[in-house]
Amino acid sequence: MSSAFTKSAARNIFYGGAVFFFLLLVGLSFDTMQTLPKRDNRENLSESAIRGKHIWETRNCIGCHTLLGEGAYFAPELGNVYTRRGPEFIKAWIQSQPTGVPGRRQMPNFNLTDAQLNDLVEFFKYTAGIDTAKWPPNVEG
Amino acid sequence: MKYQSQAVAKPYFIAAIGLFLGQILFGLIMGLQYVVGDYLFPAIPFNVARMVHTNLLIVWLLFGFMGAAYYLIPEEAERELFSPKLALAMFWIFLVAGAATILGYLLVPYATLAEMTGNNILATMGREFLEQPLPTKVGIVIVALAMLFNLSMTVLKGRKTAINLVLLLGLWGLAIFFLFSFYNPANLVKDKFYWWWVVHLWVEGVWELIMGAMLAFVLIKVTGVDREVIEKWLYIIIAMALISGLIGTGHHYYWIGTPEYWQWWGSVFSAMEPIPFFMMTLFAFNMVNRRRREHPNQAAVLWALGTGVMAFLGAGVWGFLHTLAPVNFYTHGSQITAAHGHMAFYGAYALVVLTMISYTMPILRGREANSRKAQVVEMWAFWLMTIAMVFITLFLTAAGILQIWLQRIAAEPMGFMAAQDQVALFYWMREITGLVFFTGLVLYIVSFFIKGEEARAS
Ligand code: HEM
Ligand code: HEM
Ligand SMILES: [Fe+2]
Repeated sequence: MSSAFTKSAARNIFYGGAVFFFLLLVGLSFDTMQTLPKRDNRENLSESAIRGKHIWETRNCIGCHTLLGEGAYFAPELGNVYTRRGPEFIKAWIQSQPTGVPGRRQMPNFNLTDAQLNDLVEFFKYTAGIDTAKWPPNVEG
Repeated sequence: MKYQSQAVAKPYFIAAIGLFLGQILFGLIMGLQYVVGDYLFPAIPFNVARMVHTNLLIVWLLFGFMGAAYYLIPEEAERELFSPKLALAMFWIFLVAGAATILGYLLVPYATLAEMTGNNILATMGREFLEQPLPTKVGIVIVALAMLFNLSMTVLKGRKTAINLVLLLGLWGLAIFFLFSFYNPANLVKDKFYWWWVVHLWVEGVWELIMGAMLAFVLIKVTGVDREVIEKWLYIIIAMALISGLIGTGHHYYWIGTPEYWQWWGSVFSAMEPIPFFMMTLFAFNMVNRRRREHPNQAAVLWALGTGVMAFLGAGVWGFLHTLAPVNFYTHGSQITAAHGHMAFYGAYALVVLTMISYTMPILRGREANSRKAQVVEMWAFWLMTIAMVFITLFLTAAGILQIWLQRIAAEPMGFMAAQDQVALFYWMREITGLVFFTGLVLYIVSFFIKGEEARAS
């Protein structure tokens, strides 16, 4: 790099750029929080759905599945599973695990009660209603 | 070594290498579960293996960063570490907490672990990469703060260089952004939004400062190029990293319920994120070409050049591949993501830590460089691991393209599991290549035990 461009100029660009763009990120985040109520389906975030999220987290479902495309890539996307499968299928599926089919990827059985299963389904109903800008491309996730 | 207290870096580096080995073993377990689904089930379900794999990765990188900082800061500040005892105490606390956490994942059902460790008081668990129980998260904060106190006091009382200031700033950022892991709102969109303030603002933000400082330090040492030149590069690189990377966070805000303007902000700024990584490549090669001395540790030079190239490929090229919103619409959460995640983490952060270890370990063991023989084995390890990682990335990319085609684009979209069956061949190839990676890592460890006559500057 040319010697007219000094180290202290480089340093100033660093500090100035960092502060400016961090503040821009904070500003955009603030605006995002204002916009969210229109998109994040909070009206369906019932007590039951909140309990469902807790079950989702404490069984580490994200360790195999994606949720809105984030997580692990070992098992199907579940953000839209409510749309794809419906409540009864979801409950029956979770209860019937593991399939025990030789060589097939296995999902553990978490011994969930009926109430817990209902909470999970409420959670999936909530996630399926989030406005994700039309992602995923189709119902298969 | 110039200062006695730098010796505290050694246990950190040894722990880092040990945990790296553990990480790869669990990677291999998962790689096999991808194709032999019931392998080790129910003893080690996939999600447990994954937590162990990714958490070990993060923890060994943190050990590496800390060890590097305890070595680098005294040397740059030209004085002993403020408190070597505190640094050693933190080492043991972190090691015990880390080991207990991994054992907890393996031995206790996750829901029970959550209950036992206060997750009902403050729920932070069960989110990718942030699976650690509350006490572990608190432990990480304590260890980080004690380290920052120790290092900051050292710098305050000593010489302040661009390198030690940038490293310190990066480490402070690491600790501060980790605090977002304690925020877990019930609202999933907000949860995800701030989750990225840990994950993205780490790897595409403050960690780049840490990486840049470490790379600059080693380059000064092995090339003898003028500090002014190297530090100017460092500032420019990290300036570009934050200018592109902060708003670049938007590339994670396309499809999670956040406003659609992020598709513009995220695409435009993250498209610039490869620039700092490309500059790191230029930086490493330029400095080595302008070297004023032949350092006897040629292995360290190889790791440093490798970091430049592989970070650019993994983060820059593979990141750019899927970062534009119209592309990400199809690739989001597919094997493409996994391909990129692997090469980026390896190329940037695993390699920069290994560069630092390669340069410092001989010195910590009382010599300027290892014997020729030991260095040859170490270089073989570099090539085996690096080439294996290139192929792992290529196979996962192939799997990803097919997966996306079958499941997301084809006129009659296939279900997830059916599509996985179709691409199994690539998962097999990934697993076999994983064994090559593992061989390279074993060779790397072996290289520490090879004796022979000390290499001298030519
Ligand atoms: C023998 C080599 C390895 C194998 C077989 C392997 C295998 C795997 C597998 C199967 C996953 C889970 C993917 C999923 O969620 O479906 C994974 C995740 C991951 N691994 Fe590895 N791994 C290996 C080495 C490494 C190395 C060397 C690194 C980094 C230095 C690494 C970093 C990661 C990361 C960051 C993730 C999470 C990726 C994401 O969320 O996109 N792995 N690995
Ligand atoms: C060394 C730096 C980097 C590391 C360690 C890294 C690592 C990762 C990891 C592990 C993920 C998966 C996260 C998850 O599990 O959900 C990811 C996602 C992503 N990364 Fe990076 N990355 C780096 C740099 C970059 C850069 C420079 C770009 C853009 C040019 C980029 C673009 C992306 C995108 C678009 C995603 C989201 C993928 C999706 O939608 O599924 N990354 N990165
Ligand atoms: Fe990112």
